[in-house]
Amino acid sequence: MGGRYHAVCIGVSFGGMQALKTILPLLLSDFPVPIMVVQHHDPRADDFLATYLDNICQIRVKVAEEKERVEAGVAYLAPANYHLLVEDDYTLSLSVDEKVNFARPSIDVLFESAVDAYGSRLIGLILTGANQDGSHGLQVIKEYGGLAVVQDPKSAVAPSMPEAALAATRVDYVLPLGEIGGFLNNIFGLKTST
Amino acid sequence: MEKLLENEKIEISLLLEAIFQKYGYDFRNYSIAHVRRRIRRRMQLGGFESISALQHRVIYDDSFFYTLLTDLSINVTEMFRDPSFFLAVRREVVPLLATYPFVRVWHAGCSTGEELYSMAILLKEEGLFDRVQLYATDFNNVVLQKAKEGIVSAKSLKEYTENYQRGGGCQSFADYYTAKYERAILEPSLKEKVVFANHNLVTDQVFGEMQMIVCRNVLIYFSRELQTRVIGLFYDSLCRGGILCLGTKESLRFSGLDDKFEQLLPDEQIYRKKYEQG
Repeated sequence: MGGRYHAVCIGVSFGGMQALKTILPLLLSDFPVPIMVVQHHDPRADDFLATYLDNICQIRVKVAEEKERVEAGVAYLAPANYHLLVEDDYTLSLSVDEKVNFARPSIDVLFESAVDAYGSRLIGLILTGANQDGSHGLQVIKEYGGLAVVQDPKSAVAPSMPEAALAATRVDYVLPLGEIGGFLNNIFGLKTST
Repeated sequence: MEKLLENEKIEISLLLEAIFQKYGYDFRNYSIAHVRRRIRRRMQLGGFESISALQHRVIYDDSFFYTLLTDLSINVTEMFRDPSFFLAVRREVVPLLATYPFVRVWHAGCSTGEELYSMAILLKEEGLFDRVQLYATDFNNVVLQKAKEGIVSAKSLKEYTENYQRGGGCQSFADYYTAKYERAILEPSLKEKVVFANHNLVTDQVFGEMQMIVCRNVLIYFSRELQTRVIGLFYDSLCRGGILCLGTKESLRFSGLDDKFEQLLPDEQIYRKKYEQG
């Protein structure tokens, strides 16, 4: 199943810090695809979250830079106050366009552009959050044959975002927070040590 | 389903080709992710069945084309966005500009002018306004006209005031506008030193010899290749020692011209054109 998917994109909002620091440190250093993350946060936020996660993860975690080419085993966080988009040549673009779903960065914007670049070879993951951003994006991922994964709302600090995603599309996997990291390793044939 | 994406890609490329041939605006080297979003949005709003149908309309209906032109241009801007940038200009760039007898500043891709007016306020407060000439250009006459009018939405004023203060503003921001209902008219004297002109970064040439060029959050909408071309255009339009200000997330890294500039401050995308060797 591993070669089937070429990228993972993650959308997370309220409660995101906790969720990301549960999932990302579990991913093994030879994680074979890039990971793009939209986390809603204060438009003035600095790069603290990326630096912090990078320190506790085996994969590399960084703030996405304009027109950088994505690499396997690296998680790219959308910078505060910019949308993050994937180009067809697998470089990243940032935009200051209008907010979408009251958010910039918006999860839908990332997911939709990632589908354009990766087609069916994409995994979309919606985590905790107190709004509905990402539902449409996840639906588009499913529509084009990708894999849709949602955090079990019961394990979410804020359940509305995963609930909205579940309502919007036929999701492939609903997993408690603690299992998501291992699940992602497994998909790519990596064994999570316990 | 992936066939659909393929087909859409072909249709977009044909549409951009048609726009270029018919109207001379060249979006062929814009970021495809950006262009696709804007076109899809127009398709939804206009109820088009396909991009080909939209293309037909673009070719036969000039006024529809200008609607699409506004869709494709960058229309989101705010006053004193990224206050730390304006603070850095006050502290580090103004002393450099002050060494010139006359200062020419080009706001390239000025859109509706929020950043232009922010800079005008800054230059006024820093005592450079008497010997400054600002040039504000955009390829879209609709936004350029808005920039000339100098009207901003009143609901943004609170945010702008905060930005202004955090950006080192030391007067009362309220002195720079008159608010009326939902709109605020910016102090007319701010545009006394501004020349507004239509200029297209993609298809037009060097703009003159500038002491400073400000082009923030425009390059992010271009492909790498086009970014390189436009940065070359800026290089040629700057005097030696001239200043280039980019958006917080933009850099010269991929332009191949990064050795021709020095970065003034590690955390701000403010560059100085090097004096050529020998």
